[in-house]
Amino acid sequence: MNRSKWKNVGSELLGNGMGVAALILLLLFTLASVFAFLSGHDPNELNVMERLTPPGAGHWFGTDDFGRDYFARALYGGRVSLLVGFTAMIIATGIGVTVGVISGYFGGWLDNLLMRMLDVILSIPTFLILLLLSVFLKPSVGNIIVIIALLMWMHIARVIRAETMTLKEREFVLYAKASGQSAFGIILKHIMPGLIPVIIVGATNNIASAIMMESSLSFLGFGVQPPNATWGSMLNNAQGYIAQAPYLAVFPGLLILLTVLSFNILGDILRVGFEPKLIKR
Amino acid sequence: MRQLIVRRLLQTVPLLFFVSVVCFFMIKLAPGDPVLSFVTPNMHAEDIERVRHNLGLDKPAYIQYFIWLKELLQGNFGYSLTNHQPVLDQILERLPATAGLMGSAIALAVLLAIPLGLLAGANRNRWVDKLINFISYIGISVPLFWLAILMIYLFAIKLHWLPSMGMRTIGVESTADVIKHGVLPCTVLAFGFLTSYVRYIRSSTIGQLKEEYVQIQYAFGASKTTVLFRHVMKHVLLPVITLLGMSMGDLVAGAIVTETVFSWPGIGSLGMTAVRGMDYPVIMGITLFSSLMLIIGNLAADILYSFVDPRIKLTR
Repeated sequence: MNRSKWKNVGSELLGNGMGVAALILLLLFTLASVFAFLSGHDPNELNVMERLTPPGAGHWFGTDDFGRDYFARALYGGRVSLLVGFTAMIIATGIGVTVGVISGYFGGWLDNLLMRMLDVILSIPTFLILLLLSVFLKPSVGNIIVIIALLMWMHIARVIRAETMTLKEREFVLYAKASGQSAFGIILKHIMPGLIPVIIVGATNNIASAIMMESSLSFLGFGVQPPNATWGSMLNNAQGYIAQAPYLAVFPGLLILLTVLSFNILGDILRVGFEPKLIKR
Repeated sequence: MRQLIVRRLLQTVPLLFFVSVVCFFMIKLAPGDPVLSFVTPNMHAEDIERVRHNLGLDKPAYIQYFIWLKELLQGNFGYSLTNHQPVLDQILERLPATAGLMGSAIALAVLLAIPLGLLAGANRNRWVDKLINFISYIGISVPLFWLAILMIYLFAIKLHWLPSMGMRTIGVESTADVIKHGVLPCTVLAFGFLTSYVRYIRSSTIGQLKEEYVQIQYAFGASKTTVLFRHVMKHVLLPVITLLGMSMGDLVAGAIVTETVFSWPGIGSLGMTAVRGMDYPVIMGITLFSSLMLIIGNLAADILYSFVDPRIKLTR
């Protein structure tokens, strides 16, 4: 049963042209940002003679207003964006799963308390808190990861809670309870495996929104600080040179779009793969 | 029904209370001393203490909260630390710009989403559906500020069709001028949440097409277009109202970014200025104000939904 589920996801992924394209793109971006140092240019090296050079053989993406190689900056920027997205996703998923499982499994006043807390957090526009916190805490990559993670776990917590509530009524869980297993053991051995599909789908979508949040923050100037580049802050800078050098705006934006798009497409394909009933309904 | 609505309303009160507590203490915990904005270079230490005392900032935080709450209930949101104007006045002054932008963006998004969603749902898995699906994917994946920059480049800088920033040409007082300035920000903002509408309408169209009344219409010889745009649309349209309430949160985020890029003089750009200047009464006022809109939006959506579809019970 379980094996066929994974097989199903695999075939769904490989049988979908967009899915394959998304996977290849993400792999390419990840490799490019990991091996960014191979680009042969220092992303922070100034060169006044080569200010705002359009894209060409020497500089694939051209150069920015300080004559820095834009391709190298895009690669290093991608490193930060992907790192923030991935790490924030792991933390957010961790919190979301913990809260969701506890709430769904134990129910009662604990569930009530946690869910009301969630309602309160969801009632405040996330983006405003994001702005506030990033001003209060000094904007560093670490802080930004934590802030984004703290604002992203609510959705996954809700889904996990609902899923846990259905799982705990299943016979195998009741049997485990009757045989005297501890709550912790039941959660770990019997509930968790059933939650994995939901977690994977939620996590994929979370990376997409984390990358989007980070770039919005950096674009507004509250994210990762100069001279370090991220795609968002590159766009912030490009805004000032839009008339002379539109390519400065095109490249980072396209990279954000393609990355977020790929994660969103993957998330949807995975969901369909794990729950084929969804499309056949 | 009325009982349920009253209960739902009563649930909103503690929610509002907790939201205000969270907002207040989050800003209280922020670094930076608000008294410093009142300090001039030739003030003595005791003068500074007196300012602190006059502002009530020497009291414990929870007492400050209750004073603040009492004032709040009387309509006093406090005063800006930078220009000492009442916060509520500043928000209300900016409200028409933001409400106009959001309202027209919602209208545009709904107007576009209805035909797109109906077409996609009626042609499920055919190329039209796939194309609309792909556009939807781009809609949720494109950074709005990037879209804004590209639009400015194309329509303002290259083609000179539309102005790129502000709400009015200086010295011009006409509605046409405001509309001209609003086209780009409105389009960008609408694009940001078009996708969720299209997807919603698509899936409910698919659901509706399986209903008996559709088969009956076909049996009576109605054409596909008639069924889709006369009968199915009616059923699909009403639940869309409820989506509006739920998209409030996205709208706020979208408005902050959009207003900043286009220098649109609304609440979003007021908020950005306040955040940059650590003007905490203004930030708190805006946060509360938008939370209030969010909560009311969700409440209205829930209640409306129970009218539209009486099968749904208002629970919780």
